[in-house]
Amino acid sequence: MIALLSRDLALAVRAGGGFGLGLAFFLIVTVLVPFGVGPDSAILSKIAPGILWVGALLACLLSLDRIFALDFEDGSLDLLATAPIPLEGVVAMKAAAHWLTTGLPLVLAAPVLGVLLNLAPAAMGWLVLSLALGTPALSVIGAFGAALTVGLKRGGLLLSLLVLPLYMPTLLFGAELVARGAAGLATMVPTLMLAGITLGACALLPFAAAAALRVNLR
Amino acid sequence: MELTVSDLSCARGGIAVLEGVGFTLHPGNALLLRGPNGIGKTTLLRTLAGLQPALAGRVSAPPEAIAYAAHADGLKATLSVAENLTFWARIFGTSGIDAALTAFNLCDLADRQAQNLSAGQKRRLGLARLLVTGRPIWMLDEPTVSLDAASVTLFGQAIRAHLDSGGMALIATHIDLGLDADKLDVTQFRALPQRLDAFDEAFA
Repeated sequence: MIALLSRDLALAVRAGGGFGLGLAFFLIVTVLVPFGVGPDSAILSKIAPGILWVGALLACLLSLDRIFALDFEDGSLDLLATAPIPLEGVVAMKAAAHWLTTGLPLVLAAPVLGVLLNLAPAAMGWLVLSLALGTPALSVIGAFGAALTVGLKRGGLLLSLLVLPLYMPTLLFGAELVARGAAGLATMVPTLMLAGITLGACALLPFAAAAALRVNLR
Repeated sequence: MELTVSDLSCARGGIAVLEGVGFTLHPGNALLLRGPNGIGKTTLLRTLAGLQPALAGRVSAPPEAIAYAAHADGLKATLSVAENLTFWARIFGTSGIDAALTAFNLCDLADRQAQNLSAGQKRRLGLARLLVTGRPIWMLDEPTVSLDAASVTLFGQAIRAHLDSGGMALIATHIDLGLDADKLDVTQFRALPQRLDAFDEAFA
């Protein structure tokens, strides 16, 4: 399984692998918002948690259909399905690779981009924490959506429509956690909810995704 | 271990294409599947490899004993030949890709990216993957597509070496591989055209 993870990471950083796509998108969103909204720093710091979370979520969404579609097209998904690794493990490793190439760079870049949006300094730590807790759920839920739509040509639209409602709880609690952190309020509840959603998704969705893949490979 | 298939029915797209398929494959033997396009050779191979459930029937060997090679080679364009093979060797828990590289004359290409290979070279790399799986039963779907005569000979040698070491091979092919193997015409198992009802299809 480590072989699969390292192959996916190697593919992501080579030409055309899509590494940095999500990060670049995140950067563009957070740079453009101050231009669109105007230089009023009070407004910016008020909307910063929401903008950062929406940006991170859309950046994740951008690369979801690559999780399985490329392997499906070149036949390696068939071969992986007949390999000794259980499909659940394949899904988990693919989601992990997606998080390492998309989610983790967002977590690391977020504080820098938070400055652009005049996010309160007190909230920087909460922003990193919320993204670190929340983005794994985005990758796992996205892998499930990608597994559902893997056989479809141009399935990206359907994938977005399927996955966005499932992203809502993560978005709500993630942005709430940052907003509360910025305002100096108690952050225990959103933190625990965010962690719970991520753990639940990581525990259950690989099985659902593997079942969806088995149906789609027939 | 031998591969015994009895009374197997398989479907594609919700329509039964083959029924009553039965044959036995002993260690050291190969079986060539023959039949016109669309008769269900690929469907039969995918069913045996465990990629889709059979409608009915029994297969004695578990999918874990079967190495399946489809039309597509499953190569990653930006990985080199050696990296592609090493990946599959690690996935299948085997080590050493040198024998596979040598068998398909890929040693000189080991460091070249798969996207820079010709169609025949890609096919050879796809077939070399079989050697690193370490599995006893090979199921090959049109393995000689885009291979030149010399490569077909290499492939024949690889198959014979596999059979001599007690392996088995089930090959869907239209050309003569120069193998001393039994032939099975799949046409005799053609299913009557009949659509499954909606209830069956949901669970097929």
